[in-house]
Amino acid sequence: MTVTDLVSYEDVLASYEPVMGLEVHVELGTKTKMFCGCSTTLGAEPNTQTCPTCLGLPGSLPVVNATAVESAIKIGLALNCEIAQWCRFARKNYFYPDMPKNFQTSQYDEPIAFDGYLDVQLEDGEVFRVEIERAHMEEDTGKSTHIGGATGRIHGASHSLLDYNRAGIPLIEIVTKPITGAGARAPEVARAYVAELRELIRALDVSEARMEMGQMRCDVNLSLMPHGSEKFGTRSETKNVNSLRSVERATRFEMQRHAGVLNDGGVIVQETRHFHEDDGSTTSGRVKEEAEDYRYFPEPDLVPVAPAREWVEELRAGLPELPRLRRNRLREEWGISQHEMQSVLNAGALDLIVATIDAGAPADQARKWWMGELARRANEEGADLASLPITPEQVARVCALVAEGSLNDKLARQTIEGVLAGEGSPDEVVDKRGLKVVSDDGALGAAVDEAIAANAAVADKIRGGKVAAAGALVGAVMKATRGQADAARVRELILEKLGVQG
Amino acid sequence: MTDLTRLTAAETAERIKSGEVTAVEVTEAHLARINAVDEKVNAFLHVDRQGALEAARAVDAKRAAGEKLGPLAGVPLALKDIFTTEGVPTTVGSKILEGWIPPYDATLTKRLKAADVVILGKTNMDEFAMGSSTENSAYGPTGNPWDVTRIPGGSGGGSAAALASFQAPLAIGTDTGGSIRQPAAVTATVGVKPTYGAVSRYGMVAFSSSLDQGGPCARTVLDAALLHEVIAGHDPLDSTSIDAPVPPVVEAARSGDVRGMRVGVVREFSGEGYQAGVMQRFEESVELLRELGAEVVELSCPSFTKALAAYYLIAPSECSSNLARFDAMRYGLRVGDDGTHSAEEVTALTREAGFGDEVKRRIMLGTYALSSGYYDAYYGSAQKVRTLISRDFERAFGEVDVIVSPTTPTTAFPIGERADDPMAMYLADLCTIPSNLAGNSAMSLPCGLAPEDGLPVGLQIIAPAMADERLYRVGSAVEAALQARWGHPLLEEAPSL
Repeated sequence: MTVTDLVSYEDVLASYEPVMGLEVHVELGTKTKMFCGCSTTLGAEPNTQTCPTCLGLPGSLPVVNATAVESAIKIGLALNCEIAQWCRFARKNYFYPDMPKNFQTSQYDEPIAFDGYLDVQLEDGEVFRVEIERAHMEEDTGKSTHIGGATGRIHGASHSLLDYNRAGIPLIEIVTKPITGAGARAPEVARAYVAELRELIRALDVSEARMEMGQMRCDVNLSLMPHGSEKFGTRSETKNVNSLRSVERATRFEMQRHAGVLNDGGVIVQETRHFHEDDGSTTSGRVKEEAEDYRYFPEPDLVPVAPAREWVEELRAGLPELPRLRRNRLREEWGISQHEMQSVLNAGALDLIVATIDAGAPADQARKWWMGELARRANEEGADLASLPITPEQVARVCALVAEGSLNDKLARQTIEGVLAGEGSPDEVVDKRGLKVVSDDGALGAAVDEAIAANAAVADKIRGGKVAAAGALVGAVMKATRGQADAARVRELILEKLGVQG
Repeated sequence: MTDLTRLTAAETAERIKSGEVTAVEVTEAHLARINAVDEKVNAFLHVDRQGALEAARAVDAKRAAGEKLGPLAGVPLALKDIFTTEGVPTTVGSKILEGWIPPYDATLTKRLKAADVVILGKTNMDEFAMGSSTENSAYGPTGNPWDVTRIPGGSGGGSAAALASFQAPLAIGTDTGGSIRQPAAVTATVGVKPTYGAVSRYGMVAFSSSLDQGGPCARTVLDAALLHEVIAGHDPLDSTSIDAPVPPVVEAARSGDVRGMRVGVVREFSGEGYQAGVMQRFEESVELLRELGAEVVELSCPSFTKALAAYYLIAPSECSSNLARFDAMRYGLRVGDDGTHSAEEVTALTREAGFGDEVKRRIMLGTYALSSGYYDAYYGSAQKVRTLISRDFERAFGEVDVIVSPTTPTTAFPIGERADDPMAMYLADLCTIPSNLAGNSAMSLPCGLAPEDGLPVGLQIIAPAMADERLYRVGSAVEAALQARWGHPLLEEAPSL
């Protein structure tokens, strides 16, 4: 392996314009596979979710999953694409043991959706339009596990294990047009695009799009062209870049590597590359000496897909608000800055806050709890906010108890602690822990009397007109009642008992 | 005592229903016949004695319990070894699937079982249904019962020979370019290729998906119709299956009235390469139809001359992809798995050893035809021809109700004669291929023996898609008139084995 010197990022930009192409595969969250009735649930014993069709047994035939077609159309519409009036599946022929039929049923020159765009917003609010070439339907392959080699790759392995549970899971492949004009922000645009796409997929409820689970996988194509040139350079294709951070790093690394090769008078080889999470580098995979010939032809086992226009329009009408627009709307409604909104997004708190507001909490309260106490807890536990054992409804209930005066801030915090500890609903925690604010005059009266008796000097000052000194007595009462007293009422009672006007 | 193997399927079903014979007796009679003659014919690759007798016993038990029996209950059938049968070997005539026991039944197999048809076993065929003589079977050729040194047609030679040698009254074939009709023609049996999509392809090992069609084989037109009704119908597991009622084929087979029908004779189905005796019997059949009250119209379908060329691009293209799955990874033969070869090498060694020459030839042809840079010239052009052929048929069926032709240009040729000449072999399907390309329905039925060699000649009847009943109407009329003329079914003239 030849090691290329990386060029500093500034020097790359001084000489070259990056051109990107992003290919994202999304595993749809349908209950059954693309062409058979097998379950798509992850994590089952190997080869238990298979049938003659997804194992490619002789004689078996595919039947298209209607829900997958619907999901594909929704994605296409949300990406502002045209939806094909009539399109076919095609066979992509190549041999690989984890592909049961040795062809992948995919789409070739007749994708279900084409010619769209996705506007992505960078962290500073700038909007960048990414043009979409196509979105097409296909099936996933099985999974090979190579045993005995050092790297887990096939090279050096003694044997391989095949699991066909994944074979036939519906995939949507979304391909951008060449992305130009991003300049220095190319890595950021790449990341923002994948992030936006992920939000979109989730908003459409067609997949959980969890990159760490392989439900969303990204290939980064990158080339450089000298400033002033119109002709794209030779590209490299970095495969399976599977986190947002990695997308950004892989893009940046390839820009620096390409520039290094080009500056040395070298030639970029068209090849696939592997991305390494540990150091953010890429290494050469398989060199594509000539374009692989997949011998595509229309799949004769499937009838064409011809979505009725009325149905497409119905799906269009039912699309949810696009994530970017929704974020901007919420940001304005909540009156927060772009920066604050970014923190909410980074914490994965947006939907939780919205749900809490929907359950009746004021926006600022909902935001305060999720971004404060709860974010801290999640951080401590290294968990997702959403995975904390508390629901937006429960947080909203705590907010309501504070609003009606039943809880103060400190008690509310304890209530949430109790909920997180599995002690039950907020009301149950309040009951069990006895957390209600004490505003009952009888109970408070005794505590106030005790405080006055124990702090005679302070009481005298107050009687003498130094009303501000009442704070010390309030503190004593709060301490005695372990914070459960209604502080405002305590103050009133002290002044009343000492015969002073507040 | 009647020889139970000589009865038609309809007669057999009647006798079982009336209690005159049991299904077990019928099955045993056929198993005995197989024992006696199949060594000479080699129609069966696998005989499922136990399964057949169990199925027969179930029919007898149903009858004893007073349950209603279906129209073919207890009737034995020979199943082409291209349909999967749960627990029973399915080889498709290939070494590459030797020993494979499918874990599932084809939809057609399920329908046969549900109709209480007794499956005797699996019949010989050209490997992966590629051939016109059954010589391409990896398990040896099948002999034509009329002369076992001659071919029984192909690819479904085993099914046709089983019928013609009275080893079964019913059989199943598949027809991609003539594999049901051409064997029927050269063995004096009846074979029908239903409209594409009429019979489910689920569990039928694919050769060329857009052309393959399963269908009924029998010794009479009525028997074929009864079987047609059992196996046809919509199947949600086959996306290309027709979601419409099955045409009334049994009713049509019982009517046999062709008065007022318009029958087309296509000029392109004659000329060089057609045996004189074949043309003579064909022309007599046309004359017969005229006598029976049909109007005969001469037609021209110019694109038919390009059908063979288009077929030999489309079918190999699809087969090159369909047969890619035979890679030794999941089932069937595996060669070279001794720890010294990579998976890729094991796949290559297995395919080298497991596929026969004709299969390899077609995989190579198809791989080439689909290659980038050649796709438009080959596969693309072939698809255009296919469209033209469909249009020629459409125009023809605007003028006539059915088209008739010889099924195949010659009578059965000697085994080995064309084995080294694929082009000569391909010509056997000259008249049958256009219907596969257009997806319409067609039948072959016996129309006499060629005077020069005394071998059977087939009459082909072609009807529009979804109008399969016309085949049976015309076929039963011709069959009745010819048998009246001959005084007996043609098969009775076959030599005893």
